[in-house]
Order: sequence, then C-alpha cells, then structure tokens
Amino acid sequence: MKTNDVIIQFTAKIVFFIIFFFSIHIFMAGHYTPGGGFVGGLLTSSAIVLLVLAYDLNTVRTVLPINYIHLIATGLLLALGTAAFPMFIGKPFFTHFFDYFTLPLIGKTSLHTAMLFDAGVYLVVVGVTMTIIQRIGEDD
Amino acid sequence: MSLNNFLLLPIIIPFFFGMLLIFGQRKLVYQRSFALIGIGLALLSAISLLFKVKTDGIQLVTFGNWPVPFGITMVADMVSTLLVTTTLLIAFFVIWYGFGSINKERERFFYYPGVMFIVTGVNGAFTTGDIFNLFVFFEVLLMSSYLLIVLGGEKEQLKGSIKYILINVISSALFVITVAFLYSVVGTLNMADIASKIAAIHQPGIITVIAVLFLMVFGLKAAIFPLYFWLPTSYHAAPIPVLTLFGALLTKVGIYSIMRTYTLFFVHDLGFTHQLLMVLAIFTIIAGCIGALAYFDVKQIIIYNIVIAVGVILFGVAQMNETALKGAMFYLVHDMLIKAALFMLIGMIITITGTSDLRKMGGLLKKYPVLGWSYLIAAFGLAGIPPLSGFIGKLLIAKGGFEAGNMWSSVFILASSLLVLLSVIRIFVYAFWGQEQPTHTQQTMDKKTYRTLFIPTIFVVFISIVYGVGAEWITPFMDDAAKLLSDPSIYIDAVLKGE
Repeated sequence: MKTNDVIIQFTAKIVFFIIFFFSIHIFMAGHYTPGGGFVGGLLTSSAIVLLVLAYDLNTVRTVLPINYIHLIATGLLLALGTAAFPMFIGKPFFTHFFDYFTLPLIGKTSLHTAMLFDAGVYLVVVGVTMTIIQRIGEDD
Repeated sequence: MSLNNFLLLPIIIPFFFGMLLIFGQRKLVYQRSFALIGIGLALLSAISLLFKVKTDGIQLVTFGNWPVPFGITMVADMVSTLLVTTTLLIAFFVIWYGFGSINKERERFFYYPGVMFIVTGVNGAFTTGDIFNLFVFFEVLLMSSYLLIVLGGEKEQLKGSIKYILINVISSALFVITVAFLYSVVGTLNMADIASKIAAIHQPGIITVIAVLFLMVFGLKAAIFPLYFWLPTSYHAAPIPVLTLFGALLTKVGIYSIMRTYTLFFVHDLGFTHQLLMVLAIFTIIAGCIGALAYFDVKQIIIYNIVIAVGVILFGVAQMNETALKGAMFYLVHDMLIKAALFMLIGMIITITGTSDLRKMGGLLKKYPVLGWSYLIAAFGLAGIPPLSGFIGKLLIAKGGFEAGNMWSSVFILASSLLVLLSVIRIFVYAFWGQEQPTHTQQTMDKKTYRTLFIPTIFVVFISIVYGVGAEWITPFMDDAAKLLSDPSIYIDAVLKGE
C-alpha cells in the first residue's frame, strides 16, 4: 500500500524554516545569552534531518546540494583563519577584536571576531552531523 | 616579551595542511605532495625553533593576550622542542614510505588528513602548558589514530580497533576525572601554576593519590606494566606506515606526560610516587622481554620492544636526578627514531616475503644485502652497542640509577639489553640467513616500490646512526632538557614570571 505523507511533508516545509531561523537566532545570541555555534549548528542540522524524515535523502540532496565534508573543512579553515589572523599583526594567536558599529536598520551593534570563530564551529557541527546521518542513512 | 607565535608553527602548519587535504580527496598527486610539503615546512620551523630555544631559552605564548595563569599558555622548552622536531622528522619519512606501502584506496579516503591531524595532536600535546589543553590534544591525536587504525576495514583491523577505542575512551574519561580532582584541590589548570600551588601546600596525601591516578591515565596511553595488555593486539592490526607512526609517536606522548607531571608537579613525596614508578618500570621491562622473546611474529617482536623501551625511559624518570633524566631524554628521542626505522624495515621484510611469520622466512641476505645490513645496524642501535644511538641514553640511565643508590635495578636495566638484542637478532638470523624459502622466491617486489620503501627507511637508519655517533653535538641540547626536568623552578619561573 502506498502511504500518503502529505501532512508531514507540508508541516515539515513550514517547521523547517521556524527551526532554521531559531538556530540562527541561537547562534547570533551566543555572546550574551545561552547559545552559540555548537547548539546553533545542531539545531540547523536537526532542521535538515526533519526534511530527510519527511522526504528522503536524495530529495534533500537535490534541494541542498552541499558537500558536507567540504563544509567541515571550510569551517575549520574559517576558525583557524580567525585564530591565526592576529599572528600576522604581531599579536598572540587567538587574540580577538571588537568594536561598535552603526549598521542600517539595526542601529548601534557590537561586532566581535569571536563570531567568525563561532561561524567556523557552526559549519563544522552542521557538516559533521549531516555527514554521519547521510552516511548511515545511505548504508544498506 | 612573549609576543612569540613562532613556537606555534609546528602545530598550526600540519593542522592547516590537514584541512586543505580534506579537499581534493581523490587526487593522489595533490594529496601526496601537499602532505610532504606541509610536514616539510613544519619540520623546518621546528628545527629553527630548536635553535632559538637553545640560544634564547624557553619560548612561550599565551593565547588571546590574556595574563598568564588565565589563558592557555603554550610553552616550548628544550624537552618539548626536541620531541616536536623528532616527531616531524619521523612523520616526514613515514609519509614518504607510505607512498609505496599504503594502498591507493586508503590514500583516497582521508589517510593524509589523518596523518596531519595526528601530528597536530602529538605536537600540541608536547608543547602545551595547560593540563586540560593536554587532554584536548590527546583527544585530537586519539581521534585521528582511531581513523588510521580502522581505515581499510579489514577484519583484523576492526577487531583491533574496537579494543583500542574502548581502552582509550576509558582512559580519557579517567583523565578528565583526574583533572577534575586536581582542579578541585589546586583550583588552576595552568601547569606552572599547578606546580607552584602544589609546592605551596607541600603535596598532601590527596595530591599523591592524584599522582597515582595520573600514572594510571598516562600509563594506559604509554603501555606500562599492568596496563599494556591492549597494545599488542591493537597495534598488530594496523598497516605498517600507521604502525610506524603509532609505535614511534603515540606511546611516547604518554611517556612525555608522565615525565612532565612527575618532574614538575609531584616532586615532594619521591619516596612513594617515584618508587612506585620505578617498580612499575621494571615490571614493564620484564613483561616486554617475555613478549619479545615469545613470538615468532616480526611485528609482535618489535611491538613488545616498544613496551621494553617504555620501561627503560620511565626507570630513568623515576631516578629524579639530572644524569638519569638526561639519559631518559636521550633514550626517548633515540627510541622514537629507532622504532620508526625498525618498523619500516620489518615492513619491507613482510612485503618481500608476504608473511610476518619468522619460521616461513629465510635467506633474504642473498637478494637484499643492503636491507639486511641496515637491519643489523638498526638492531644493534636498539640494543645499544656503543657507537650507535641506544648506547649513551642507557648508559646515563644506569649511571643515574647507581647515583640514586638503586644498584640492582640498574644492573637489571643493563642486563635487559641482552634480551632486547636477542629478540631482534632472532629476526636477522631467521629472515636473512639460512635457506631461501619457496614462499617468496616467486614474487619479487618490483624495483620502483622497493626504492620508494627503501630510501626513506635508509634515511631514518642513517639519522639514528648520526644521532649515536654525533652524541657530542646533541649533548648541549640534552643538558638543557635535563636541567629543566630536574629543577621545576626553571619552568615555573619562566612561565609565571616571564623570565
């Protein structure tokens, strides 16, 4: 018998965006409130896993054509780059910088290089989680 | 001062190249050349760091511009720099050796990133000045070693890796628990700060308990007497280049950690902690000798020789005087080089004969004379025949033992060399002398593979000879290392006061 998953597929489409935006919120808020790259990355991958559950691996791969192993390497490079950048201007490894900027729409905001490092963590977490799930899911 | 990121290069460069190698997974030329270039660059920076430490003293950098006990400090002193340089030297030749030995399927599946990350972890563990950071670097090297031991997915590898992972997960958990105990007593994680706090409270009983716990944790990694049981089966499963990396580097990180903690932290109750270490070291040697003589399997013989060397080095550490510590440093670097050389040599023997069983080999000397004689030199080096590399270290260790008043155990260390020699000379007698066996007369290794395997091997053997013959040049470096190990205040002052 052919099953009909119209409801779960329809709900997944909406819920995916809710989870995804929440994960971005958690990621951005990490400096002042609980959150950060690690939970943010896990939440993002859980949103993708929801899509995998509602559809299947191949559909999700055509929608999000990402090589997750390269994503891991990119995240690592971003994190190492952020940490190593101060070396070139004569500061110790891992020195961070921050300043206040006035951005359009948001107004006065503090921007911190720790966020770039966190973005690296975020990419690595998404990459690792999705690689694990994809590889085990494909295995027959 | 202390604006000195230079000492991080031997850690960062392999890490960076490991990341680059994740891309272009299937392009063999790219993988091979970038792996060699990365390790080569790191090696150059390590060598120049070695000379910088020699002239300018201890180098350190605290991450993120934080004041000293609050940030993670990386410390390059003579001990760690010597070990970092040796690690990169060995890694360079092992990667080269791997071109002819690791099969292409493995090379295409993240073998090189695995090697790069393992080198990152080992170098980081040698250089860090923070006990929890040491744990993190241990995990970095262990994760990569899990990949390397299981890569290929043969039945024996799966069996060996399950045991290996299980043991290491348990010992890592114990490591975290021990660090938690230590943190709850002294309230700091910076090694120099821990050492000064322990000195201030005169090492009460609980610190001695923590010392024994640390001995258990690092003993599991370094394979000391009652905790070495996992090593022979796990290491036996790995392919030869991986086995070379493991045998030359991984247990040595455990030894280094015991060395560091027992010469820096726990130096106020020598009668208990160092006595225990000495007794365990002697039992380790006995257990290793029994294993090395019992087997007819070439891999197992050399693997048990790792266990023996662990015992010898730790015996030197347990004496806690400058002579024995100098001997221990000499022997540690020697052992890394010679184990790499021996594993590479027996790897060639196994490839030529197609078996690792000694009783099925014979008569290799006729066809491969250079291989045979370089094996004999390496074997003599391992046993410590005078002009070669194992001699000076063991001599100083025994001398330090006599100075500390441990007559009989030092005599025992010297006597154990005979058993070591017997165990490795057995390989020479069985494999190189005697009748040529029919099993390996048909298949001769093609010239090109033979050359890719042989050239890096002969380099490592040659370096070990230079290390033995040129001990005079190396002595100043070892003197600095021994001074540092025997007097913890040098390290503490350098880190805490920036002297």
